[in-house]
Amino acid sequence: MADLMIKALDAHYGDFQALYGIDLSIAAGEVVAIIGSNGAGKSTLMRSLSGLMRNAPEQIVFKGESIGGLRADEVSKRGIALVPEGRQLFPSLSVEENLLIGTQVGREGAWTLARIYELFPILHERRNQASTSLSGGQQQMVAIGRALMSNPDLLLIDELSLGLAPVIIKSIYEALPDIISNGMSAVIVEQDITKALSVSSRFYCLQEGRVSLDGKPGERSREEISRAYFGV
Amino acid sequence: MSRPSHTVHRSSPASRAAAIFGLIVLAILATAPLWAGRADMRLMSELFLYLALASLWNLLAGYAGLVSVGQQAYVGFGGYVLFALTIFLDIHPILAIGLAAILGAAISVPVALLIFRLRGAYFAIGTWVIAEVFRLGFAQVQALGGGSGTSLPVQVVRSIASGRTMREWTTYWMALGLVVAVLAIVYLFLRSRRGLALTAIRDNELAAGSLGIDIWRSQFIVYVVTGALAACTGALIFLQKLRITPDAAFSVNDWTAFVIFIVVIGGIGTIEGPIIGTLIYFALRETLADLGTTYLIILGVVAIIVMLKAPNGLWGLVRARWGVELFPLSYRVAAPKK
Amino acid sequence: MDWMNAIIQGILLGGLYAMIAAGLSLIFGVMRLVNIAHGDLIILAAYLALTASMLLGLHPLLVLLLVVPMMALFGYVLQRGILNGTLTGDILPPLLVTFGLSVIIQNALLEAYSADPQKLDSGVLDTASMTMGGISIGILPLLMFAVAVAVIAGLQFIFYRTALGRAFRAVSDNQDIAQLMGLNRRHVFGLAMALSLAVVAVAGIFLGMRTSFDPSVGGGRLIFGFEAVIIGGLGNLWGTLVGGVILGVAQSIGGQINPGWQVLAGHVVFLLILAIKPRGLFPRMTD
Repeated sequence: MADLMIKALDAHYGDFQALYGIDLSIAAGEVVAIIGSNGAGKSTLMRSLSGLMRNAPEQIVFKGESIGGLRADEVSKRGIALVPEGRQLFPSLSVEENLLIGTQVGREGAWTLARIYELFPILHERRNQASTSLSGGQQQMVAIGRALMSNPDLLLIDELSLGLAPVIIKSIYEALPDIISNGMSAVIVEQDITKALSVSSRFYCLQEGRVSLDGKPGERSREEISRAYFGV
Repeated sequence: MSRPSHTVHRSSPASRAAAIFGLIVLAILATAPLWAGRADMRLMSELFLYLALASLWNLLAGYAGLVSVGQQAYVGFGGYVLFALTIFLDIHPILAIGLAAILGAAISVPVALLIFRLRGAYFAIGTWVIAEVFRLGFAQVQALGGGSGTSLPVQVVRSIASGRTMREWTTYWMALGLVVAVLAIVYLFLRSRRGLALTAIRDNELAAGSLGIDIWRSQFIVYVVTGALAACTGALIFLQKLRITPDAAFSVNDWTAFVIFIVVIGGIGTIEGPIIGTLIYFALRETLADLGTTYLIILGVVAIIVMLKAPNGLWGLVRARWGVELFPLSYRVAAPKK
Repeated sequence: MDWMNAIIQGILLGGLYAMIAAGLSLIFGVMRLVNIAHGDLIILAAYLALTASMLLGLHPLLVLLLVVPMMALFGYVLQRGILNGTLTGDILPPLLVTFGLSVIIQNALLEAYSADPQKLDSGVLDTASMTMGGISIGILPLLMFAVAVAVIAGLQFIFYRTALGRAFRAVSDNQDIAQLMGLNRRHVFGLAMALSLAVVAVAGIFLGMRTSFDPSVGGGRLIFGFEAVIIGGLGNLWGTLVGGVILGVAQSIGGQINPGWQVLAGHVVFLLILAIKPRGLFPRMTD
């Protein structure tokens, strides 16, 4: 049974419609990439999934429960965590406090402060610093750690590599298998198609608010993907 | 061959009808001494003065984004200026009312320079501090009766007109004239380039700033103009009351709380709102005033409900439903006639 | 010696102003709401204490144990029931709704208790004093100051050392992202208002033991608290203590010169500081 089912999801910003009838499913333990150019609707999809945008309840079903109409805090308690685009750390909180805020969701599990520090030792060194004093890559580590601290069953990562140096992107991608383990599912939103496809078992490509292509990375040719991506 | 082009209008049939209706109402009101009783005329003058204060507060808070809870500073200041000028300098009271406006503008300049350092809600309380400073300051002036206040000497009162009837007519006409002037000034100001800029600020401060609209200067001008006109209104209010005390002159309830309720209930950010609000406020007051404090509690509850459920007030509901605008401020695009 | 005495009395009075200011500063910090009814809520707490101590025959300080949770509960309900609906990003709704609330509380108190001044009977505490270096210091003002320091230290601890404080700061930084972390902002705001009104209750009881009060004096207390916040610098809890003390000393010295100048002197010092250092003496927050 699919862990997450999205059925005919529409999303609007006032008069502007950002998503048109998206259908999508993710099985337990699966890593799915969402690719697409700027404005294709990837972030809107993440906002809908995480509860920052409200939808009709039955449009999003997670582990058999309709959650499309829930608030973000209620969604987080059901085991969906978002690493938001642009990291969005809390500037008034220290590195460690940013991580600890993830425990506010109240889900016990394998992820603890000690394990996050084991995964990203640099954060342990900087744990008492202001989160604003970190580099972009370190901030992304905190954002990922903060989400993991809620012990989610489904991890959403919006624009994992955006604005980061290549060497940092490489090390974060190397850490991904450790991050997504123990049966956790993940959705990775990326503009870097090659990177995204390298870690995922399936992908969906969005274009102008619709799914333009989906499948397994090996099944589709480069031409097919780039046509679905750019719409040419 | 020319293509039919769209035309842009401000006025509409509703606003033209409203203008004619307004002139008729004004003519009827101007002749009130012929048909209204003494008590009715007093009530109407009070209504006019409240409408003036409400329109000024609406310009300040609803358009310029300067939410003040301290306009009683200028009302009281105007009242005291009237008493001081007539008592100490033997200036004719009607001239003193005009001078109150000028002095109100003069005092509002340094006040603005100081409290414009505070933003948003803190600005609001800052204006209250200023009003308190004025109140405590005037309470120290022994020549004006200190904390217990003073009355307007008989010869000053007589200088307006020798007979009581004529005096009452004069103050009535002055109140009517003032409210017409205030409404006209507010209307013309909002139609001006700077007024349009103000509306832009209200709708989006960031965008207005990036368009090169000098927000500070626009707010400053509005603050000084409303200060001057509130002082002028205050002078007229206390000319009718004939007696002034610091507590009455700088009362936050009388000159700010009621005024805010009027604007909120009628509809903030519209010229029509304060007019509707004033009529409702006086209707409520005349029917419920016997309830005393309960009446004020009801007023507070109504204002909170309106603010939460219909933040654009009653006029906002009317406008959303029927799209009418009696004081044409916005432009309408009309399709070419075929 | 009179001057020395006035300064010490002013410092101790500053503790009360700091408590008023801390409650105001707390909710502004968390949700950018300025509660115009803050002063009236202080007076409401004083009347609640008056009623409770008369009905139960208890000392006002014991009544604290009752009034503090009552006011905290009231704060939570008020926030969730009414004030959360005003936090739309526009400054008008919260301002006007709390202004309406202020008028309602004032007139409800007037209806229930009349305009006669009241005072909480603190028994022997009212007159007890100790003499230090020839200056007589009242035990009650001293206790009030000590409680104020403890309240501010407590708030500081909650804000910077507990999960609740972390939630306050996270919601203040970014409501959406905080919501993603399982924090329901409506609940967090409710807790912040509850904490603010708990402090209001303490302030109200000390105010009622120290001076007489009537339903109309709330607005003045709001202004003193606000002045202490601005003098101390926005967002700085210890700053509110400094602000309160400066205000208290200014009033006390003003009153020593001329009784009519007491409150005026406080306002003048506030305006002077606003003119010289518009962001207060120890600003912490950027807006």
